[in-house]
Amino acid sequence: MYRSLFARDLFSELERLQRDLGSVFEPSPSIRGISRGGYPALNVGSSPEAVEVYAFAPGLEPASIKVDLDRGVLSIAGERAPTLPEQSDEKTTLHQRERFAGRFRRIVSLPDDIDPNAVCASYRDGLLHISVKRRSATPARRIEIQ
Amino acid sequence: MSELTQTQQDTRSTETEAALLPPVDVVEDATGITLYADMPGVPRESLQLRVDGDQLSIEGELVLPAPAQLQPSHVEVNLQRYRRRFTLSKELDASQVSAELAHGVLRVRIPKAAHAQPRRIEVQVH
Repeated sequence: MYRSLFARDLFSELERLQRDLGSVFEPSPSIRGISRGGYPALNVGSSPEAVEVYAFAPGLEPASIKVDLDRGVLSIAGERAPTLPEQSDEKTTLHQRERFAGRFRRIVSLPDDIDPNAVCASYRDGLLHISVKRRSATPARRIEIQ
Repeated sequence: MSELTQTQQDTRSTETEAALLPPVDVVEDATGITLYADMPGVPRESLQLRVDGDQLSIEGELVLPAPAQLQPSHVEVNLQRYRRRFTLSKELDASQVSAELAHGVLRVRIPKAAHAQPRRIEVQVH
């Protein structure tokens, strides 16, 4: 099982447990799935026009975020510099250290009908939003039997 | 009196709502304590930092620019609110708390009160 980036209260923990149990019976159809947990946390959703990816990636230099799209696989990578010294020294005392520091990479497998040339990404308030347009849906048609 | 009761109820209703616990780093030096909290997606105007007696509470509402008709397919962040509370100790000066928010990281500085700065105690001789 995974550990979430954010701790949850009891009710959302129960909900997570339920979802985990559900996923045993309904495995993700993708070979990669999306591994859960870690930095940044991801939300993915799709509409008929676009696939929207939200990465909760606070405290990054916008220029240092690497977003790549290669054959339908979106990767988000970068490095978050530590804000704190490694250890307590004679001047400072670390009381809590829960925030992520270091390199990260997360992969999202996108649907087949996305347009790799129509991707836009923005970073605001520590939230990275990547929007990938889908090719205009081909209307359903009946196939003639010869 | 009724107004007071109303305020208490309002506070209680937001306090019992499920929320995400933002991860924090806390570091202390000779003059005070610095707290860093990850709260991605919280704009400055929906961040609330409150000091009530010895309680420091940070709370923020998550704003997702989600277009209409969005069908979620993978959700790791499923709540719209962050909340976390800390108890301050007596030597901290709650009236001098300062905070800044940058790229979803909140930095709070709580200095130690002047009377709590290190000093040598005179020994009285009678």
